[in-house]
Amino acid sequence: MSTIILTLVTGVGLGALYFLVASGLSLIYGLMHVLNFAHGAFLTLSAFLGWMVAQALGTESWWSFLVSILVGAAVGAVFATLTELVLIRPLYERHIEQVLVTVGLSFAAVALFEGVWGTDAIPISGPPWLKETTEILGARIPNVYWILMLAAGLVLAALVLFLKKTRYGMIIRAGVENRSMVTALGIDVRRSFTLVFAIGGAAAGIGGVLAMHYSTFVSAHLGSTLLIFAFIVTVVGGLGSLTGAAVASVLVAVLQQFANFYLGGTGDFIVVILLAVVLLVRPSGLLGRKA
Amino acid sequence: MSIRRYWPALVGVGLVIFMAVLPLLNISIPGILPTPTYQPGTLALLSLCMVFASLALSYNLLLGTSGMLSFGHALYFGAGAYGLGIALEHFGVPLFPGVFVALIGGMIIAFVTGAVAMRVSGIPFAMVTLAFAQAGSVLVRRNSAITGGEEGLSLNTEQVPDFLVGVINTRNLYWFALAVLVIVYLVTLWVDTSRLGHLARATRENEQRVRVLGLRPYRVRLIVFVIAAVLASLAGVAYMLLQSGTVPRSVSADLTITVLVMVVLGGVGFRWGAIVGGVLYTLLDQRLTVLAGSEAIASLPDFLRIPLSEPLFLLGALFIIVVMFLPGGIAGTIDGWWRRRHGERHVRDSLRSIDDAEADADAVGASEVRA
Repeated sequence: MSTIILTLVTGVGLGALYFLVASGLSLIYGLMHVLNFAHGAFLTLSAFLGWMVAQALGTESWWSFLVSILVGAAVGAVFATLTELVLIRPLYERHIEQVLVTVGLSFAAVALFEGVWGTDAIPISGPPWLKETTEILGARIPNVYWILMLAAGLVLAALVLFLKKTRYGMIIRAGVENRSMVTALGIDVRRSFTLVFAIGGAAAGIGGVLAMHYSTFVSAHLGSTLLIFAFIVTVVGGLGSLTGAAVASVLVAVLQQFANFYLGGTGDFIVVILLAVVLLVRPSGLLGRKA
Repeated sequence: MSIRRYWPALVGVGLVIFMAVLPLLNISIPGILPTPTYQPGTLALLSLCMVFASLALSYNLLLGTSGMLSFGHALYFGAGAYGLGIALEHFGVPLFPGVFVALIGGMIIAFVTGAVAMRVSGIPFAMVTLAFAQAGSVLVRRNSAITGGEEGLSLNTEQVPDFLVGVINTRNLYWFALAVLVIVYLVTLWVDTSRLGHLARATRENEQRVRVLGLRPYRVRLIVFVIAAVLASLAGVAYMLLQSGTVPRSVSADLTITVLVMVVLGGVGFRWGAIVGGVLYTLLDQRLTVLAGSEAIASLPDFLRIPLSEPLFLLGALFIIVVMFLPGGIAGTIDGWWRRRHGERHVRDSLRSIDDAEADADAVGASEVRA
């Protein structure tokens, strides 16, 4: 029983991490039809800079942990905004080229990170509490999972509030629904492109700092591994659907953890099978609309 | 007029003959080739160039001819390389049946994954192929008993004829790689000029219309996909023989992205562009790595030294520049310039036409939802 709970909770925690990466991807795709390969690079840079800040402030304290997360979010947002303005915007409405540019950026960025921080993974540390465990119904759950869930929950709540209650959020939702109609109403959708990139970058930045604590190391390839699962999550959940991304993150991660535990480490493979099944049964994803 | 029609073919044949006699000549190109052309160092580098040119050609068939942006092409390259290695190592079959097994293996994998991935198109298709390649990469890394895991799989030379083994026989491997490149080129030429190729291009431009004509876009795409995958497997086989081993990188998404860079650099939709892209990329990668280790770079200040000592950073930056400012790639730019000079108004720009087709498809999809 306790192993089932352990697997379940760690699955949800991992799902929270996937959601932090996938939410931005899904929003960006939904609004702009851009598959952002550079998302992993946003995440990795945030993790590195977050780690540097945490080191400067002392890694043990909660205060520096919080600051490193905020720095991560800011770095992700700034990097993403610059990417949108410099690389994506000039290629307006040319989706394949936009994808190719982000591919090139991720290529170049990972190489640059390797040059600056080295090719080896750097071990990191955080507040000691993260390393401890909490006992729930007999299962000893590492505390870092609670932080992941809390962060993803806050980000999800903030995104939903933003999308439902603010004017910009409404424009973004309308743009996902039908972009030409929004443009016809005289609203400049392009301004919200930058915004969506910034939001996605910030979420990925938070995800980066937390992914670093989750895996207890940071390396230039931190983002690339997560990015592939985030892609799977966005396709399974339905491209452009935030709720879909949330549901699919948890589904994918829980399934992955159970397969890793009970089926001899086949988690990654099972996830791809799940993707294939979803595509065969519902090509638009669980909560995607367009058939 | 008739001479003019044939001259591309004549140039091609001439080039192949030149490449074929190259190991017998003594030509040095300092700065580009490490040694004179008859020595193994240069021959090995040129063979690698030709293997990647073949891979780029097969990818161009996907992206250029049928407009499918796949991020899983390395899976089939890896299937060829690992397929051959496993057939020789674990089943003990001789080389040529082993090659056959590897190609059939690549074909089956391509058929299954392609049939599923083509449930979606456009960007989702790219993501799904990426996921499949990732699964393949994970399988290769995990099952170290069969694939050698992270260490890679080395070629069991007992099953390979003597004339293809060892540094002394680099020449023969070079000719093998050249033969592979010629075969891949001829197959892509045949596909491009056949009914299948016309249909694939029509599907790329307007899938709806192809369907209205009573034809099946799904089947056309799948056939092209499988052909491209088998050609990639053939390139993988050549790679395995040439390097006498393979590492998990040959199945990874990294390699697919590398091939994508080659094709875009060379010019999407141009067969000769893919070859130029593959050769140029491999040479650049090689030369930049040498440059990165040079003393001139080591003595520069950090902000210049770090970017310049990372070949992949330079290649990534070059790729971004090509995509942004030279969308036709090398071949597209030269072709456009040539056509304009000869008074043709219509200039091919494959990437953009794929985009336009996709925008049309989106518009159609949107109206379907509304209806």
